[in-house]
Amino acid sequence: MRISCPICGERDRREFHYRGAALTRPAPDAGEAAWDAYLHLRDNPAGATRELWYHETGCGAWVVVTRNTLTHEMPGCELAAEAAR
Amino acid sequence: MRFSGWRVIREGLSGNRGWSPHWRDAAPRDEYDIVIIGGGGHGLSTAYYLARDHGLSNVAVLEKGYLGGGNVGRNTTIVRANYFLPGNSEFYSYSLKLWEGLEQELNYNVMHSQRGLINLFHSDGQRDAFARRGNAMINQGDDAILLDREGVRRHAPFLDFDNVRFPVHGGLYHPRGGTARHDAVAWGYARGADRRGVDLIQNCEVTGIDIGNGRVRSVQTTRGPIRAKKVAIVVAGRSGQVAAMAGMRLPVESHVLQAFVSEGLKPVIAQVIAFGMGHFYISQSDKGGLVFGGDIDMYASYAARGNLPAVEHVMEAGMTLMPMIGKARVLRSWGGIVDMTPDGSPIIDRTDTQGLYLNCGWNYGGFKAVPASGRCFAHLLATDRHHDAAAGFRLDRFRTGRGIIDEEGTGAQHNLH
Amino acid sequence: MRIAGNGLLGEARQVAFSFDGRRFTGLEGDTLASALLAGGVRLMGRSFKYHRPRGVLGAGSEEPNALVTIGRGAAREPNMRATVQEIFDGLEASSQNRWPSLGFDLLSLNDLAAPFFGAGFYYKTFMWPKSFWEKVYEPMIRRAAGLGALSGLPNPDRYERAFAFCDLLVIGAGPAGLMAALVAARSGADVILADEDSRMGGRLLAETREIGGQAGHAWAAEVLAELGAMANVRLMTRTTVVGAYDQGTYGALERVGHHRPRHSRALPLECFWRIVARRAVLAAGALERPVAFRDNDRPGIMTAGAVRAYLNRWGVSPGRAVTVFANNDDGHRTARDLVAAGVHVAGVIDSRHDAPLSDAFEVHRGARVCGASGRRGLESITIRSVAGESRVQTDCLGVSGGWNPSLHLSCHMNARPLWRRDIAAFVPAPGAVPGLEPAGACNGAFSTAACLREGAAAARAALADLGRRPAGFDLPQAEDAAYAITPLWAVPGRGRAWLDFQNDVTVKDVRQAAAENFRSVEHMKRYTTQGMATDQGKNSNVSALAVLADATGRGIAETGTTTFRPPYVPVAIAALGAGGQGKGFAPERLTTSHSASVERGAPMIEAGLWYRPGYFPAPGESGWRQSCDREVNMVRGAVGVCDVSTLGKIDIQGPDAGALLDFVYTNRFSTLKAGRVRYGLMLREDGFVMDDGTTARLGETHFLMTTTTAAAGEVMRHLQFVHQCLRPDWDVSIVSVTEQWAQFAIAGPKSRELVNGLLDTPLREGDWPFMACGPVSVLGVGARLFRISFSGEHAYELAVPARFGDSLFRMLLERAAALGGGPYGMEALNVLRIEKGHITHAEIHGRTTACDIGMAGMVSDGKDCIGKTMAGRPGLVDPGRERLVGLKPSGAARQLIAGAHLFAPGGDAVRRNAQGYITSAAFSPTLGHMIALAFLRHGPERIGETVRMVDHLRAIEAECEVVNPVFFDPEGGRVRG
Repeated sequence: MRISCPICGERDRREFHYRGAALTRPAPDAGEAAWDAYLHLRDNPAGATRELWYHETGCGAWVVVTRNTLTHEMPGCELAAEAAR
Repeated sequence: MRFSGWRVIREGLSGNRGWSPHWRDAAPRDEYDIVIIGGGGHGLSTAYYLARDHGLSNVAVLEKGYLGGGNVGRNTTIVRANYFLPGNSEFYSYSLKLWEGLEQELNYNVMHSQRGLINLFHSDGQRDAFARRGNAMINQGDDAILLDREGVRRHAPFLDFDNVRFPVHGGLYHPRGGTARHDAVAWGYARGADRRGVDLIQNCEVTGIDIGNGRVRSVQTTRGPIRAKKVAIVVAGRSGQVAAMAGMRLPVESHVLQAFVSEGLKPVIAQVIAFGMGHFYISQSDKGGLVFGGDIDMYASYAARGNLPAVEHVMEAGMTLMPMIGKARVLRSWGGIVDMTPDGSPIIDRTDTQGLYLNCGWNYGGFKAVPASGRCFAHLLATDRHHDAAAGFRLDRFRTGRGIIDEEGTGAQHNLH
Repeated sequence: MRIAGNGLLGEARQVAFSFDGRRFTGLEGDTLASALLAGGVRLMGRSFKYHRPRGVLGAGSEEPNALVTIGRGAAREPNMRATVQEIFDGLEASSQNRWPSLGFDLLSLNDLAAPFFGAGFYYKTFMWPKSFWEKVYEPMIRRAAGLGALSGLPNPDRYERAFAFCDLLVIGAGPAGLMAALVAARSGADVILADEDSRMGGRLLAETREIGGQAGHAWAAEVLAELGAMANVRLMTRTTVVGAYDQGTYGALERVGHHRPRHSRALPLECFWRIVARRAVLAAGALERPVAFRDNDRPGIMTAGAVRAYLNRWGVSPGRAVTVFANNDDGHRTARDLVAAGVHVAGVIDSRHDAPLSDAFEVHRGARVCGASGRRGLESITIRSVAGESRVQTDCLGVSGGWNPSLHLSCHMNARPLWRRDIAAFVPAPGAVPGLEPAGACNGAFSTAACLREGAAAARAALADLGRRPAGFDLPQAEDAAYAITPLWAVPGRGRAWLDFQNDVTVKDVRQAAAENFRSVEHMKRYTTQGMATDQGKNSNVSALAVLADATGRGIAETGTTTFRPPYVPVAIAALGAGGQGKGFAPERLTTSHSASVERGAPMIEAGLWYRPGYFPAPGESGWRQSCDREVNMVRGAVGVCDVSTLGKIDIQGPDAGALLDFVYTNRFSTLKAGRVRYGLMLREDGFVMDDGTTARLGETHFLMTTTTAAAGEVMRHLQFVHQCLRPDWDVSIVSVTEQWAQFAIAGPKSRELVNGLLDTPLREGDWPFMACGPVSVLGVGARLFRISFSGEHAYELAVPARFGDSLFRMLLERAAALGGGPYGMEALNVLRIEKGHITHAEIHGRTTACDIGMAGMVSDGKDCIGKTMAGRPGLVDPGRERLVGLKPSGAARQLIAGAHLFAPGGDAVRRNAQGYITSAAFSPTLGHMIALAFLRHGPERIGETVRMVDHLRAIEAECEVVNPVFFDPEGGRVRG
């Protein structure tokens, strides 16, 4: 598996740490349901998903990868810092 | 037809022409008391115990592919009761007791082999953690023995004790742990359920769950709609999709877990050996293949196949632990879709929809749970009360933080396992 | 029998080898199989279940029968295919799965009991009495099962793993692969051509077909010479591409040393390649399949294509009177080639009524072979036709049931192959693996010309994808005959007809499985073990599928296939895990004081990836406890030095550094003054404790965080996550400096004296209170000093750039000795911290909350932080949780032990009564008794109560008093003093 880091180019999956679904952190007072959803509940799609990976042994960038969980195709990868702005 | 050695001989003498189907191929009826979605180990054992314990046989098991084609047919076949947290402890203990005697119960040789399991440790800190675990196992009434280095050497002299990155300090030995023939478990339960009148319906994919007034009404399938008073979701890696049909999001993420088997070899590994530091565990099947595995690939996936980094890591672990297996050749690898929960422990519970029940979240370890999972889930389905042995597996534990069962201590949030 | 003048080995050197102790001579270039056949040996192995005598079935890696053990001792290799193993001088091969000998095997008695050993018989018996499974049945089965044996000794050979990158990977060097590689290479692409065989050319080496007017093998040699001379081409022989993975990654096994007499240590035995290819062409050819008939497993019965391969490549005729059984035209070529080589062809049996006739040999049209005799070697076959049954004397039967494309890699990403009726075979589904284009026989194109065409076309398509212009050239002329086949899978009749040779699965077994409702192809496979032998069903799956389809009244396409999964051929664990053996499994991280510690005899113990000293034995000390007690007393009484460099050190700078720390720690750091240090508690987002440590403010916008050794990586990742994903607008930079600084704890009443002796400007009284920090100069070297303490003593941590670590450590020890102090190791460190009730990951094991460890007060009210919201969940603040306490022995038994559980006094030590457990325990030389940290329900509310500690595993019980977890100097006078 290869991931196209926006900074380093295509690199082996071994360089990356996987985190999971790219979600928005709720406000502290968003309530129990919002926090439960953020931390625990997942769409867990069989298909396209947006997820966070960390280029741990590369440039140290967190990236948002668009990936298909059925085929492992990866059509997109952007810096998380830019995606979050 | 009752199976026995006598029967095998009689049929053998008459050309093996008298064998009959192990189960019927049922066609779906319009309505059942209970529809079980998922014909894997857990679904089939649920059906079996519904019929056996509760006399409920107006039950259908809907399987989108073939019976036992999911994780029950693609795992490393380990059966153990070596958990240490309340919730898990009593459940797996109960499950192991059901395993002990399953052949006679099902009249099907599932080849449950209590050959013993050793969990290795490599530091004082790990020893203390395993001591806590072993004591918890004995508190529960199960067996555990703390081995020192020499104790491990007596069981497994072929481990690399001297020239290794993480020297073996000792191990936690679980004599009643072992393996079983995975397919036979599914088939045995299928045959038992079928004989008690349950309809096993293969090639029948559920495409929708109909809910009215907060109550489940029926399921839509590729073989037509089926009305049901109760619907049970037991679909492991596919839990997210099926629950979504009922408008639910689950605390489940599906991952790929690979496992491997080598070419056949003469007996060389007697027990099950688990090398936690290396995420590696191994046993040798009765046919002679080394059956082994490691950690999940660490990305969400439904592909039922993995990638080389995880493969190579497993092999490295094998080589550092027991370099005598180097010349064994990996014959086949496969990937199961495992339903990972945030705390690594399962869910057997009602849902907010009346009549809709959930059994999922078996993470890497659902195989050994098959007997108790089915029995406890059947109890819940039949009586609407939680079985004592599975009362901890609540769906709301993440929201409330009460009763989180995080054996690994990696955190009740996804992807920290 | 070697046929003079035939084959490609030419005037090869003679090679001496042995098989089961018997000495043979072969030619260089022979496989073990070809050399044994040349030597008249047909019996080479035994089957798995019935121990039937077996000879070679094929001439490639798919061989199910001729499995042998090569070599002896620790280097012994079980289950090697005689058809792949090249011979060399001194090669020792032995047969396996037989006792006492290959010719006479006692377990062949199983064959007589075959009626009772049908499909799945073991699921129906061996259940009584219950205890007999582990004691009697299973050991018996295990002993009988298995093929070869591992030596049981550590693998002595060297293996490697490597990466390679290319524009185009061509898998297989037959006509299609050679053509694809040539087109791509001439067009300037970086090409890797990988082929499993010891010699490239594929079927061109085994056939007498011509390309461009010359012999096929000569054409191949020409192409290979051209490719070999090109800088952009890498030819990899003996390299099997075994798996297709995501984003163009392929796994490949190169057999580097198996064909060498005594492989030198300079070369590995095998190398496992990860080849990253932008595009790939699958040109893996096809495998011929047998036809099932009664006793079709006799030694001497092999595929018709294998007969041609032995004849045309190795110059060996596997028999003196050869017969051929076919349902397609291909089998006739075997007969023609044999006749041309002067070998007697005793007849061609073709199941088709319109089979072509020949002048050179007799063709039995519309006939079938329905039996074979000759237990240890074929003697005759029985032919059935409309004219009735007849017997033909023959010592070799070549069988061709058609060809199965080697499409396995195309299934590695879950694609299902497609059934083509016209060729009675499965072909790869289009787009099965992204970037992989099948060409030639593996794509169902069986003529030489079609292979060349498809190879070239696949290369052109790949070049177009890569944005390269294909170089123009003409395809050479080659044979382009249509493939004519009428399917025949199994000849009906009495007796057993084998499908899966190795696993002894017969047509009857598949039919019985269907009768027992194992009708799904996966059920049938699992029930009968069909296709689960070492050839992974390459020789038998399609035929078994056809038999199942017939038994269940379905078509083949409708019946489906099982999935082919990696690896294509079995791969040694040692190759896939190359480098892992011994200490290679994980990196070794060494501190700068490592050498000095080892010199002092300290046992180095693993702490994550680091090595740290356990203790420093002094002369006369006999065990770790003695040294540990001395070191603890030394720290409490004088001064001790300990390397603490393994703790994570994270440098955090920028205007928003304080805000970031406020957000990741429960307590506040933005208010910390420069020159001061604060202890911080970090939660995971789920509200449980992640880590703890101190953070120093070195300047207005500059902080230095320390983490525990274990969590350094996790915390670094976490900080980057929080910054980049949650607070990308904050102006802050985070970098790990763990490796850059060597840091030493200097602890004890004389620590100030020791420090002052080294500093260029000694510390002034009052300037360095507890939790102060700042830059200092040590003999001219810029250093950092922190007045912090894990031991509870007046203590410092002194940090210097790592290159000065070794000399500083040695200097510290030298000067400490003069003060009555010295180094202390992990054992003493642990005792010191337990005495102070300081937690480590034994306590913050992932399931503890701030409340549990008595730090609820550290969660600041006035700000948000990671984990704060979820830490407020009802289950996390329940006072009934197991919370941190201290324990000391209060009864006659004085021993406390980590891992023990706690119960109410008098209560049974069972799960329902469990109230907690001990995480850390030690003998305190300071207090003179054992102490322990534990988690106990309602813990802090129970100070003064008695609990019962039980450790079943080590049979230790003790009454304990619940006490404050800070055993020593609870007021903290020493640390401040």
